[in-house]
This record gives sequence, C-alpha cells and structure tokens, in this order.
Amino acid sequence: MAQIELHKVAHSYLDHPESKADYALKHIHETWEDGGAYALLGPSGCGKTTLLNIISGLLTPSQGEVRYDGKAVTSLPPEKRNIAQVFQFPVLYDTMSVFNNLAFPLRNRGINEGEVKKRVLEVAEILDLTPFLEKRAAGLAADAKQKISLGRGLVRKDVAAILFDEPLTVIDPQLKWDLRRKLKEINEQLKLTFIYVTHDQVEALTFADRVMVMYEGELVQSGTPQELFEHPDHKFVGYFIGSPGMNFLPVTIEGNTALADAISIPLDNKTAQLGQKAEGKLELGIRPMYLEVHAESVDSGVRAAVTSVEDQGSFKIVTVRLAGNILRAKISEDQTIPQGKVWLRFPIQWTKLFADERMVK
Amino acid sequence: MKIRKRTIGLCIYFFLLMIPIYWMLNMSLRSNADILNAFAIYPSDLTFKNYIKGFTDHTWYSGYINSRIYVSMNTVISLLFALPAAYAFSRYKFLGDGQMFFWLLTNRMAPPAVFLLPYFQFYSTMNMIDTHIAVALAHCLFNVPLAVWILEGFMSGIPKEIDETAFIDGYSFPRFFVTIFIPLIRAGVGVTAFFCFMFSWVELLFARTLTVTEAKPIVATMTRTISATGLDWGLMAAAGILTIVPGALVIWFVRNHLAKGFALGRV
Amino acid sequence: MEKWENNRAWFLVLPVFIIVAFSAIIPLMTVVNYSIQDIWGPGQRVFVGAEWFEEMLANERLHDALWRQFLFSGLVLLIEIPLGILIALAMPKRGWGVSAALVTLAIPLLIPWNVIGTIWIIFTRPDIGLFGVTINSLGVAFDHTARPADAWITTMAMEVWHWTPLVVLLAYAGLRAIPEAYYQAAKIDGASAWATFRYIQLPKMRGVLTIAVLLRWMDSFLIYAEPFALTGGGPGNSTTFLSIYLVKIATGQFDLGPASAFSLIYFLIILLFSFMFYQALLNVGKGEKA
Repeated sequence: MAQIELHKVAHSYLDHPESKADYALKHIHETWEDGGAYALLGPSGCGKTTLLNIISGLLTPSQGEVRYDGKAVTSLPPEKRNIAQVFQFPVLYDTMSVFNNLAFPLRNRGINEGEVKKRVLEVAEILDLTPFLEKRAAGLAADAKQKISLGRGLVRKDVAAILFDEPLTVIDPQLKWDLRRKLKEINEQLKLTFIYVTHDQVEALTFADRVMVMYEGELVQSGTPQELFEHPDHKFVGYFIGSPGMNFLPVTIEGNTALADAISIPLDNKTAQLGQKAEGKLELGIRPMYLEVHAESVDSGVRAAVTSVEDQGSFKIVTVRLAGNILRAKISEDQTIPQGKVWLRFPIQWTKLFADERMVK
Repeated sequence: MKIRKRTIGLCIYFFLLMIPIYWMLNMSLRSNADILNAFAIYPSDLTFKNYIKGFTDHTWYSGYINSRIYVSMNTVISLLFALPAAYAFSRYKFLGDGQMFFWLLTNRMAPPAVFLLPYFQFYSTMNMIDTHIAVALAHCLFNVPLAVWILEGFMSGIPKEIDETAFIDGYSFPRFFVTIFIPLIRAGVGVTAFFCFMFSWVELLFARTLTVTEAKPIVATMTRTISATGLDWGLMAAAGILTIVPGALVIWFVRNHLAKGFALGRV
Repeated sequence: MEKWENNRAWFLVLPVFIIVAFSAIIPLMTVVNYSIQDIWGPGQRVFVGAEWFEEMLANERLHDALWRQFLFSGLVLLIEIPLGILIALAMPKRGWGVSAALVTLAIPLLIPWNVIGTIWIIFTRPDIGLFGVTINSLGVAFDHTARPADAWITTMAMEVWHWTPLVVLLAYAGLRAIPEAYYQAAKIDGASAWATFRYIQLPKMRGVLTIAVLLRWMDSFLIYAEPFALTGGGPGNSTTFLSIYLVKIATGQFDLGPASAFSLIYFLIILLFSFMFYQALLNVGKGEKA
C-alpha cells in the first residue's frame, strides 16, 4: 500500500531557472495517506498536471524527493512504481479488444494466462464492462473507454495509487455523475489511494475526502471540502470554491470594526486584533451564502444599493453595491428584495479578514 | 549525447543519401570536358563557370523566379482549398463521401501526358498561356487531392470531442478552426505544404507546355541544356544544386510544425 | 470515430470538387474520345470503337512492359516502406538535429527528375563516376549499359535514393502527431519498445502509411523521366517500364488513337490496384480483434 510523500519538491521546465516565476511548481511539501480519495483542484496552468506527472514518475522534479511509504522513488520510472494513470482523453490500444486492453499490463509483466484471465474478469465485473470484453475497444463510447483506462490500472495487483488527470473532460454531462459515483465506489471498495486532478470544484468537492487547492504552482490549502468552504486560508480558495465565490472588500481596521470608506462593519475581537497587527493589503471576506440581506434597517446593518436580482430556481443571487464594490448574496427563493436600498448584515462568525491574500491568523 | 545504434544507422543513411548530392556538386564545379574525361573524387580543376552562367544568364535566373512564383501560388491555393474539404471528409458523413474521397486520388493516377493537349487548348482559349496562374492552377490537379488526403489523415487523429468541447465553450467555427484545430494538426500542414511545394517545383510537363518566356520556369530551362556538343553536364549539375535551395528553405520553415506533435488537452 | 451526419458538408468540399473536376474530367473525356477513333490528321477521323483496346490488350510488348512495371513497383514498395518507417523511428525529435535531418531528407526530393537521371548516368559510369568506379574497384564488373541486371540494380538504387525520403517525411510527421499520453500510458503498462511500436505507433501511422503506399505505388507505376534519362529503357527493353513504352508508341508512331487507348488502360490498372490497396489498408484497422 502506498503513502505518497512529496518532500520539498519544486520543478522548473527551464534548464536554468532564475526567478520564482520560472518554476512551474514552487514548493510542494505534502503527504497523501494510504487509501484516501484526494482532489487536486486549481485553474488551468496552476501546475496540477506537472505535480501529477511527478508523482507518477513521468516527470523527474528539478528539486526535492518523492517517497512511497518512506522510500525514495524520485528516479524510478513509472513502470517501476505501483501507480496507474488515467488521462484526459481515453488512451487505449485501438487495435485490441477490451479484454486484451485490460490484459496488456499483466502480460507485459509476464503473468501467466490463467491468472490474467481471472484478474481481467474480476475488474471487468467491477467496472460493468463484462458484456463488452470481446468488442474492439476503439468502437466504444467515451465513458466506457475511460473505464478501460481505469481498468488497466486496477488489474495490476501491485497498484497502490491511481492518478486521474481531469478524466471526465470528454464525458457527456449526464454520464459524468455516474462515472464519478463509480470511481468513489471503487475507491471505498478497493481502498486504493486516488488522486484526482481537476479544475472543476464541484467534481473535487463531491469526490474527495480531502481537497488540495493549487494556485500558481503552490498548494495554498488542503482540507476537507467543508474546511475549505468555511475557513479558506487564502483569498484564492475563497474565490475559487463556492458558486458564486467569496466576496471581497478592501478595508482598514479601526478598533473592533472594519472600515470600507465610511462604512463600519463589525468584527469579532480576535480577528480585529490580528487585523490591527497585520501588514499588507487588508480585505474583508464573506461568502454570499452567509451575507444577510434585509429589507429594513437592522442592528449593525449597512446600507447598500441593489443592482440586480437573479432567480436561480431554488435560490436567488442579489448583487449589491457597497462603498464602490460589488457584492453578491445568496438568499432563499422565498425572500423578496425591494428595489433600490437594502440593509446588509455581516454575521461576525462568518466575516473573515485577509492580509495580502492570506487569512489573518 | 548518447550514441545509440539507431543514431549510427541514421548517420550512415544520411551519408549515403548525400553521396550523389556531393557528386552533383562535384560535377557542377568542373567543365564538361573535365567531367567526361577523368574520374575525380574532388575537382582538381575548380571552376565556377557553370554557376556564373546560372546567375548571369537571364533565362536562368528569371526561370528561378518564375518557378518560385507559381509554386508558391499553387501551395497556397492547394492548402486553402484542401483544409475545409479535408475537415468535411474527416468529421462528416455525407452522400457520396467515400467515393468522392477516392475519386480525388484517382486524379493523380493518369499519366500526365494525357492532360497535356486539353490543358493547352483550354488555356490558349482563355489567353492564359505563359502566365504563372495557369501553371499554378494546372498543378492543382495533383496537389489538391494529395493535400486533402494528407490533411484528412492528420485531422482524423484528433478526437472529435475537441471540436465539440470548443463549440460548447462558445467558439465560432472559424475561430475554433484557426486558433485550436490547425495548431493541433500542424505536423500535417507542414508536411502537406512541403509536398505541394515539392511536386509543383519539379513538375516539368505542364510547366514547359503552358509557358513560353514570361513564366518559363527553371525546370524547363534546364532541359534546354542540350547543345551541339551534347548535354551540358556541368551546367545541369549547377542548376540542380541551385534548385535545392528554395525547397530546403521551405522545409526549414516548416520544421517546427513537422516535429511538434499534439499535446493532450487544449491550451 | 463517429462522424456527424450532415449533407451540408458538401459546401466545404465543393471548391475542391470544382477545381479538380475542371482539371480532370474534361481532359479525360477528350482522351476517351480519342481512344475510340482513328485519327490521321486534323479533321480526319474515323470511329473505330474498341479496336484500339483490343489491339493494345493483345500487344506482347505491352505485356512485357506491364510485368516489368509490376516487378518494379512491387520492389519499390517492399524496400521503401519498411526502410522509410525505420528511418523515421530513428530520427531525432528535438533540437538542432531535427532541422538538419529534415533538410537532408528533403534534398533528393527537390531535384528535377530529369536532372536526377542525368547525374546518375555519370555517377554510375565505370570510368568517370563515383559509384561505377567504386564498384568496379571492388572487383565487380558492373556496367549498367550492358547488363540488364546491373541496369535494374542501378535504377532501383536511384529510385530508392530519390523517393524513400518521402516515406520518411510522412512517417515522421505521423509519429510526431501521436499524443505523448499514449507513450506515457504504454510506459506505465510496462510495454516493451516492440510492443509500443506494434500497438501504438504502427496503428496510429495507418493514415500516413496508406498515403505513402498509395503515392509510391502510383508514382512508381507512372515513372518516366528518371529511368528514361538513366537507361533510355535499355539495355534492350530490360528497363522499359510502362510509361516509357507509352511514350515510345506515342512519339514513334504519333498515333493518338492507340496512345489514348493505352493511356486509359494504364489509368485503369493503377486505379484497380490503388483501390485494392486502399480497401485493404482501410480494413486492416476495422477487422482486427482480440
């Protein structure tokens, strides 16, 4: 079984990197525990595929070490590590049948035919591919093809971790859900470590037990979906996760309140103290879900002007202007919002403070 | 650099490939009398006479320019027509598609001499004899089918899902085609461009028949090197060396497209 | 790949259709016209129906030329295709070597074909040519103007030298177009170099190899300038390939009728075999199973 550890890993695609900007991966120091379902979440270009390829061995990092169960594997090629990888586009051996595709990794390792047949049939059963075994792999639909790719990893008894690089990209939206559910089932059933790279937060949050958010080559936060939602460590996490993302408001601190222009927003004592000591650009953050909108004046409410209300079915998005900034609030579908002026209330426990994009702690 | 067996094999092959070229170079630097009388691995009596003739004689260097003009025209026309057609063959099923695709190639199967007289008659009637565009269009006969075939092959290697994802993302067809699709098939475009250039460049029959003086290409001028004393070997060799240059430039320009493949995932 | 069904795709194909039809159909009609008539001079023609075709098909020398042609084209494919693939596999993928290799490959292709034949005449002469002198100095009495076998060897050498780069370029472009992920997956699956070639590279090159096979078949079947310049069809008739024979008839007798009939037969043979190759290569992919 595999505990995967990246020890002070950094990578640059240039031969002689000079500045921090030349590095695709800046400083990765992280452990993936055995059997977990992990997601690597981040926008295009943040380095997630690079990271995945370093874990799988398709890429050797410029700096740092990769360890499996404590043993350094940094220079080992992929076939010597106990991993399998599923790519963005179905990668199959077109000329072979489904059976032979699944059998290929085993035959290459010299496993006897009897054993091969047994394993292939087992895995085909798990993936619901048994009726297709004799068919040509190239003729199947995209989701079946991705299952075959996954299957080639599952047949190998020595596989301890499976890496996924945005595997649902070409799958029909209706089938994405089914496939995701299947992946989760397999992860729980077989207790293999799954590391799933994606730029889609819904995928990441529904699939993984722990999500690692990446931004510009760094792992900005790692935690359960709930932790990331409620306590984002970095402005990017707040913005990227949640739909719509977190609201940000540039503020200054005065006593126990945050000031945006002349408007006062209350903070809890601890946050205010940290804010007074903090350096850098200060911003207030609150998730649309927690921002309260009232038709009439409320205690510690601030006035704001409504610019639009969108009805999204089970909820509404209210866009308001406050001190020259645009904020959004997510409210229930029953609540009615007057035109023009409303009062916003920032519940203290959900109002966060960020200095230079990092949460004050 | 690791010296592997395959690199050695490759070097041997390239060495063998270059021997006749070297020989041609050798011949180009000698006089005819020298060539025909003595065997010499390298020219002992070096002369640039052949090259000087090539550069100063008006028919020679204008022939050079003429060739470049109509060949470039043809390459561009062929590519422009072939790209959408190849896309259609690759992505769509339509009435007669298989037959049409094969029919295109059949146009390369007839002996060119067959088309000579009809072409000449047609272009005469249209008063297009001795124009560059006439030759460029005539060459479309064999270059357009080739271009469609090669491009289709490369296009079919790109999964249709990429097109679909782009359209879902809101790309218009022209924008998708130019910014996403063509970069993905760049190896195919590079090789097609080179082949169109090459086949048009060396083509003799049409180029000679459809031109008189204004658009006379270098290939035609070279066949006139038969004089009273027999073939002008040295001159022909020098011309041979010189005709390599434009084509070498073309392939040098497309080398990156040829060598770069297709990276999974859209940029 | 499942294709979208849409007859409006014809609009994309229309320009190509027009330009090629215009280039091809009209002249072809002319040839068909000539092939069924006896023409002495302008305005003097008689309809003779299938007479020229019968005459051509019974022609002994045509049969000989045809067999020679099949042998030639067969050898061409047997040598050039595997050799081309091998070279393409060995070529560098990155760095300055790529440019050097590509330019070197392109050079033989760019020389006008009659020049090639001419240069090789001198090249292979036993008295003043590098090739001829070298072979003879090794003790082999080589003379392509005297012995048919030598003429064949020389012609084949010239042909392979000239045209293998075309196969290499196509195969190389095809190889470069294979996404890196396939090689990565093969590595992870523990595939050997041979398995990678057999199950990934070769199948993915099927498109370009089809083109290479068809092109070399067609072009070698039509070949004229190079062998004619080198051997003139000799010694005797030993290297008189089909198009050389056609030109001999057409220029010698200056008879448009028989020559046109011959052209059509010629065309049909190429068509038939190309179609067979095409179907075979198309179905190689479809038919393969476990």
